[in-house]
Amino acid sequence: MTCAVSDSMFMYHYMQNRFLAFSISKMEDAEKETYSKEQKAPDKDGLLVKQVLEGDYGAFEQLVKRHQSRVFYHAMRFLNRQEDAEDILQDTFLRAFKGLGSFRGDSSFLTWLLKIATNNCLMKLRKSKKMDIVSLDKPVEIDGSELPREIEDWSNNPSDQRLEDETREFLNKAMARLPEDKRMVLVLKDVEGFTNLEISETLGMSVAAVKSRLHRARLAMRDLLSHYFEEREVNYKRNIQ
Amino acid sequence: MKCADILEKISDYLDKELDPSICKEIENHVQDCEPCIAFLNTMRKTVELFNDVGKRETEIPGPVSDKLMNFLKQNVIEKK
Repeated sequence: MTCAVSDSMFMYHYMQNRFLAFSISKMEDAEKETYSKEQKAPDKDGLLVKQVLEGDYGAFEQLVKRHQSRVFYHAMRFLNRQEDAEDILQDTFLRAFKGLGSFRGDSSFLTWLLKIATNNCLMKLRKSKKMDIVSLDKPVEIDGSELPREIEDWSNNPSDQRLEDETREFLNKAMARLPEDKRMVLVLKDVEGFTNLEISETLGMSVAAVKSRLHRARLAMRDLLSHYFEEREVNYKRNIQ
Repeated sequence: MKCADILEKISDYLDKELDPSICKEIENHVQDCEPCIAFLNTMRKTVELFNDVGKRETEIPGPVSDKLMNFLKQNVIEKK
């Protein structure tokens, strides 16, 4: 008897959930259909932006929580100082809040936010005249005029979680050694996934200049990584002997 | 195509910004050139590693986040 009751209860909840899932899926389909005729359906960020514009500050807090890490570490890569990155973080979200009405959704909300952060970083660098002297280590020299004849192929080096963390730390230090103009392009393109056109608009330079700086930055990073993997290999062999 | 041309065009090649005919020339050259294979592989890996940095961002330090939230509350809510 108990079993029959719990079975029927189970069936009731099961059918209720199926109906709910069906209704939600129909609502989502209807929403997609409504937007597909004129524009793309807004993503999570787009919906939050809409709520903020309607006066919901809680929605802005959600946007901040979703993107604060990306903005903070983006600024860290440009400025190499936590104190400066914190200023950029605060200023970026304040400007974003004030200018939210101008967000058109042509790019993702994160890209829009990172453009604001990049402009803030550029202003800070210009103001403090820190261009090219913010590197934590000796700036890397970029030659790239000829291809060495002996090239170690480390692209298939085995890795585990610890080594991945170590490599990521190394990459951040390596980026910090790049001259400012090349570091910005590398960060925007390879770390943040901007298009060449978006970078050219953000940094106010031609697409050709973006490509050239990116190329030289990647060559320099490849060289540093070659040394890094070479050393890691030597240390590994030493440890297993 | 020479090794020096590969060196010059490698970024555009990896970003798929070259004409298909030039891509083909690069691929033909690389097939028989050991240093260029290694160069291409390691450049590709370099780009992949940096792509990965953006995807696996570590969490922002707690005090930095708290400071940000307080700053925004003071400058956004209280000034409304």
